[in-house]
Amino acid sequence: MKLLNFIALFAISYAIASCTNSSTESTSAEASEETERTGQAFIKDEGSTPNCLQIALGSPDHTTLVAAVQAAQVENALVNVGPLTVFAPTNAAFAALPEGTVENLLKPENKGALADILKYHVTPGNLKADFLTKFKKIGQANNQNVAITVVDGKAVIGGANIIASVPAGNGIVHVIDAVLLPPPAE
Amino acid sequence: MKKIFKKSFLLLLSAAIFTACSNGKKSDSGALSGSAAEKVYVKPGDHDEFYAFISGGFSGQLAVYGLPSGRLFKVIPVFSQDAEKAYGYNEETKPMLNTSHGFVPWDDSHHPDISQTAGELDGRYLFINGNNTPRIAKVDLTTFETTEIIEVPNSAGNHSSSFVTENTEYVVAGTRFSVPVPQRDMPINEYKGNFKGALSFISVDPEDGEMDIKFQIIMPGFNYDLSHPGRGDSHGWFFFTTYNTEEASTLLEVNASQNDKDFIAAINWKKVEAYVNGGGGKKMPANYAHNVYSEETHTATSTMKKSVTVVDPREIPGAVYLLPTPKSPHGCDVDPSGEYIVGSGKLSSNLTVHSFSNMIKAIDEENFDGDAYGIPILSFDAVNTGTVEQAGLGPLHTEFDGEGNAYTTFFISSEVVKWKLGTWEVVDRKPTYYSVGHLMIPGGNSRKPFGKYVVAMNKITKDRYLPTGPEVTQSAQLFDISGDKMELLLDFPTIGEPHYAAGIPADLIAKNSKKFYALEDNKHPYAVKNEADTRVERKGKDVHIYMTTIRSHFAPDNIEGIKVGDKVYFHVTNLEQDYDVPHGVSMIGANTSELLIMPGQTETFTWEPKQVGVWPFYCTDFCSALHQEMQGYVRVSPRSSTLPLSWSLGEDIE
Repeated sequence: MKLLNFIALFAISYAIASCTNSSTESTSAEASEETERTGQAFIKDEGSTPNCLQIALGSPDHTTLVAAVQAAQVENALVNVGPLTVFAPTNAAFAALPEGTVENLLKPENKGALADILKYHVTPGNLKADFLTKFKKIGQANNQNVAITVVDGKAVIGGANIIASVPAGNGIVHVIDAVLLPPPAE
Repeated sequence: MKKIFKKSFLLLLSAAIFTACSNGKKSDSGALSGSAAEKVYVKPGDHDEFYAFISGGFSGQLAVYGLPSGRLFKVIPVFSQDAEKAYGYNEETKPMLNTSHGFVPWDDSHHPDISQTAGELDGRYLFINGNNTPRIAKVDLTTFETTEIIEVPNSAGNHSSSFVTENTEYVVAGTRFSVPVPQRDMPINEYKGNFKGALSFISVDPEDGEMDIKFQIIMPGFNYDLSHPGRGDSHGWFFFTTYNTEEASTLLEVNASQNDKDFIAAINWKKVEAYVNGGGGKKMPANYAHNVYSEETHTATSTMKKSVTVVDPREIPGAVYLLPTPKSPHGCDVDPSGEYIVGSGKLSSNLTVHSFSNMIKAIDEENFDGDAYGIPILSFDAVNTGTVEQAGLGPLHTEFDGEGNAYTTFFISSEVVKWKLGTWEVVDRKPTYYSVGHLMIPGGNSRKPFGKYVVAMNKITKDRYLPTGPEVTQSAQLFDISGDKMELLLDFPTIGEPHYAAGIPADLIAKNSKKFYALEDNKHPYAVKNEADTRVERKGKDVHIYMTTIRSHFAPDNIEGIKVGDKVYFHVTNLEQDYDVPHGVSMIGANTSELLIMPGQTETFTWEPKQVGVWPFYCTDFCSALHQEMQGYVRVSPRSSTLPLSWSLGEDIE
């Protein structure tokens, strides 16, 4: 009796499993395909004005920043329709951080912290360098503010100087000489 | 016992579930619904295999769909004003709708056809006819915009249009209604013998595509219903169906059905072209608009043309013959080889097929059966090569798959019928829902059809969709024709009446699609290319604002010194140079539409402020994260005000 019972149960569960199998398979196939990186950052478009990400990618002075953006997987945040103002620390600015800081941030387990720092370098709006002097502070994409001071008529962003400014298709990139570190959360 | 019974019942049940399940699976993969869904499913983010350009009929526009999904991508405004895109509303495109009757904001768009090289689709242009106030439009398939419209004089009911010859030498437009040529004040009942039908051959410049009416053949006063070019050996000929050869002017539903046979008119256009090139024909006074949109100035200009070359076919021996064809033929379709000319007698149940080689033989042997107004009528038995017998009721149009099969729509019996060229046997039929007009196979009007799908376009849908009051959508139906039997895959709603369509493999067009207009090439007289040059100028009561847009502001965005009674021109240049970043603009109380300005483009709207106050304008296209911040103000003072003009961005007005 028990055997019959078991066979019956097995048959039922097998029947149900085989019913659902096909759909499970197709779902998993979908899922694996979608793990490929997709989004606006990965559209091939050579004709448009370079966006903030493309400007960083094309700059030999920003290889550390690009590595950080890729490690944190925030590319799509830099290519959306914007408008965005991106503060882009140079390689020298990253090198000036205490030894081991960058290496530590690039570790996979620190992806969240790295993304937070990078978002602290982005603000909505197309804010030209002279326009920035009109603000006391600006709100960054990680939800924290960065203070702006005016020194010799020029805007200084969280202690960093603007070395150069490059208009982008989706905003503007200001090259800065120091990495902006978010203040500790209150 | 009881227990055993119970257990065996359980076993049985499991077997039943198992069977039911595998049965279900079988029917999923085998039955129509399951596989049809797979065949039309285009995964999110994937692209369709074909473009389908489906005319909007009485909407006056042209809609762009993907096949096999039936997804709608764009409605291209052609003959009707479109407030969404400012077509026919902004200062730049108003001239596109100019005619000899003035500004005509609507038409009835009918037959799209794609340009060809060596008899195959080349994907450069699409031509489409306006039926009501006779016009031919050209759509540029790199920008998907209407770039040229030419009015057709001496014509009325521009229906047997706009089909192209093998190398797009000509786009052809025949008149459905015959009229006095030239137009004059005369009694309607003196139609017979006095009204004329003009068949217009519009040359297309091989370099820039510009259209020009090369000649008009002035034919007897029949109704010229549809037409198609010859191809292959018959390249150089054009074929037109006629009805109302009775030349009735009233109650045509009775009076135009008296003759047992009407005609297909065969025109040797190469002969007529040589005659005209040799100085033949005569220049006749005329008045018709030629409207051209320039991609450089982003502006259309309308020029009135004052003469047209007309040709009396009787003066060119061997140029025109009439092929008797039963029962008021509607569709006039030529197979990909160019040998078979199919006439669909719409009041008949048969299809009549003429042979081009038989026609040439009959001409050589002068096998005539009288004449009509001096035009030889060829003997029916000499030109006819076959009849598709009792194929259905009310045949209208035929397309070909390039594999020796033809597909004909039957309006009255609501079906598509597949039959074989040469044997004339019917091999398949499928119902449509309901009352099908045209059908389309991608590349159907060419030497090389892409015979994978046929799209049937229905006039009536009744219960096919959720009801929407008395007016319900019309529809297109997609059939898979790759097998022996046609398979209905999909119904999809259309814009206006899906009158006819042109289909083309996506890869012939997608790679050429323009992403934006280069700002440096913008030669619009009111363009400004940077914010420093933005300004406001007054010329009497006209005030011109040279404005720019970029994410996410207008420059200038504060303007003062405008007065009640001024006419304010907003000339707005979109400074963006990015794919898919248009900006829009609208002004409170402006008696016109918004603007929708593509990157690098300049467009203009006018506003005549009637009330004192401070009035806002804003961006209407959700352009960016700060779209809601993209706004501005205009201060309107009384007429007597002496406040000077001033404008600014990001500062107090000084």
